[in-house]
Amino acid sequence: MSSLTFADVTVSYGKRQVLSGFNASIASGEWLGLIGPNGAGKSSLLRAAVGLVAHGGVVSVDGSSLSLRSRSQRAALLAYVPQSPILPTDMTCRDYVLLGRAPHVSYFGRESKHDRAMVDDVLTQLDLSSFRDRYLGELSGGEAQRIVIARALATEAPVLLLDEPTSALDIGHQQQALELVSTLQREHGLTVVSAMHDLTLAGLYSDRLALMHEGNVVAMGSATEVLEADRLAEFYGVRVTVHHEPDGTVVVVPRRS
Amino acid sequence: MTTGQRTAAWLLGATVLLMVSLLAGAMFGPAGPPPWRVPLAIIDRLPLISIDSGVSDAQWNLIWTIRFPRVVLAALVGGMLSLGGASYQGVFRNPLVDPYLLGAAAGAGLGATIAILHLRDVTDWPVDPTPLLAFVLSLATVAATYTVGAAFGGNRTGATLVLAGVAMVSLTTAAQTYVLQRNSEVVREVYTWILGRLVNASWADIRLVAPYVILTTVILLFHARHLDLFRVGDDEAATLGAPVARIRLIVVMAATLGTAAVVSVSGLIGFVGLIVPHIVRLLAGASYRLVLPLSLLLGASFLILVDILGRIAIAPSELPIGVVTAFIGAPFFIYLLRTKRVAV
Repeated sequence: MSSLTFADVTVSYGKRQVLSGFNASIASGEWLGLIGPNGAGKSSLLRAAVGLVAHGGVVSVDGSSLSLRSRSQRAALLAYVPQSPILPTDMTCRDYVLLGRAPHVSYFGRESKHDRAMVDDVLTQLDLSSFRDRYLGELSGGEAQRIVIARALATEAPVLLLDEPTSALDIGHQQQALELVSTLQREHGLTVVSAMHDLTLAGLYSDRLALMHEGNVVAMGSATEVLEADRLAEFYGVRVTVHHEPDGTVVVVPRRS
Repeated sequence: MTTGQRTAAWLLGATVLLMVSLLAGAMFGPAGPPPWRVPLAIIDRLPLISIDSGVSDAQWNLIWTIRFPRVVLAALVGGMLSLGGASYQGVFRNPLVDPYLLGAAAGAGLGATIAILHLRDVTDWPVDPTPLLAFVLSLATVAATYTVGAAFGGNRTGATLVLAGVAMVSLTTAAQTYVLQRNSEVVREVYTWILGRLVNASWADIRLVAPYVILTTVILLFHARHLDLFRVGDDEAATLGAPVARIRLIVVMAATLGTAAVVSVSGLIGFVGLIVPHIVRLLAGASYRLVLPLSLLLGASFLILVDILGRIAIAPSELPIGVVTAFIGAPFFIYLLRTKRVAV
């Protein structure tokens, strides 16, 4: 259970600034959805948070800055699911999920019995026990996504960062993966930040949305507040109709011009 | 079988094979007593045991001072090159990499060439100048590659290092070729060295390289877990807390130290460092916790057995070991590729 704060976070590649002063406080157990067209800075923000790209400003967990922490301390706080995770085809699911324990193992150490038991626990929780000895190369897209989430969960990090977690999945598996994250958010009190392309799904699962454009946040708030047809037209350059369902769901439907 | 039992079974099997190979290496060779008497002679030499082996002291002397050093050196060289190759492949996430990638062999070749050319008549040095210069230039070449690669690599050190290696190897090889072209009288001697030789192995050679091989082995085996992390790529390994650049530097330094030490006495025995780790992966899976120790053990056995073939195939003359490794290794590898799941 941890809160995550971005204070004036900037990222530049060479002279080009791709993220200009991102500010947000994500409460413990909250899910923030990052939306915006390609190149808006969503992935850069996530990569900055986990230390893959240099950044200005401060990212802190529970009020303490991550830049003061070691790599493994940072890894124990933030679990990161990249857009296209590398899945070595000849690695077993169990060995892959065991990699998630790395932040808790010392440099010359090896995984303890506890670490291995933890992996079996995670696999059971995610209904993946039967996959233990299967090779990653044998998994379908949906199964692979669940194994990647299992690895993130095995880190026991209180904050989960997902970069386009469903971009390679069909609609059924998209929903399944997001339901899984949602369950984990509820049951483990995980704080979640996800970059997403599907606006309807983003609004459906996130507690709050941040719409980004060219490195800036142009709107932040609930799905109803952020997902307005005019605004989406302005920043995505598309024509859409926004429906509000009786249960509060906001549905974004593209239209032909 | 659990993973632990499987690992133990593989390691036990590979150790037994190594023991058998060591014994076989001591048994066969031109001259000497009949092969079957050699084990008896070894048992006779054990403390508190005395049997009549029928091996004379002169014959035992031949086994002890000529055959044993040669087998032990073959084991050290084969094990080291295979372990180094597996580690390089892991740290660069590239299955086509061998321990010579960053210039260890090219540097050693240049060093040996210069030594053979200019220091042939040196007799007052405490050590043989050829392995010494080969060792020094081997390390220097890899250090230069690393400096260039890391200086210009930024965040993509892995890929840049490989490219820097290509450049340094070309440069060093060109320098060696030029020196040879200007001094064609040593071409034969240099090529004999390059093709690899264990013929003149002595206990002194082993005392020279064993400390480096042992140090390297300990360091590399401790990094097996990290190499498994590298399999998901630099970025993901970093987000899982791994100090990627530091691990790569340590693994490359260790593997290079061991490789440089063995090539400086054995010459450039090719193929072993590439092929043995792949054979291991095809047989036992791709986890480095098993690939590293098995490469060490099977690489040692492989080179001993190949060396035996090399000395009996066209006896009384011998095939260069570098040639035999390729002739034996390539068909076996192709056979494995045909019959087993392809794993890279």
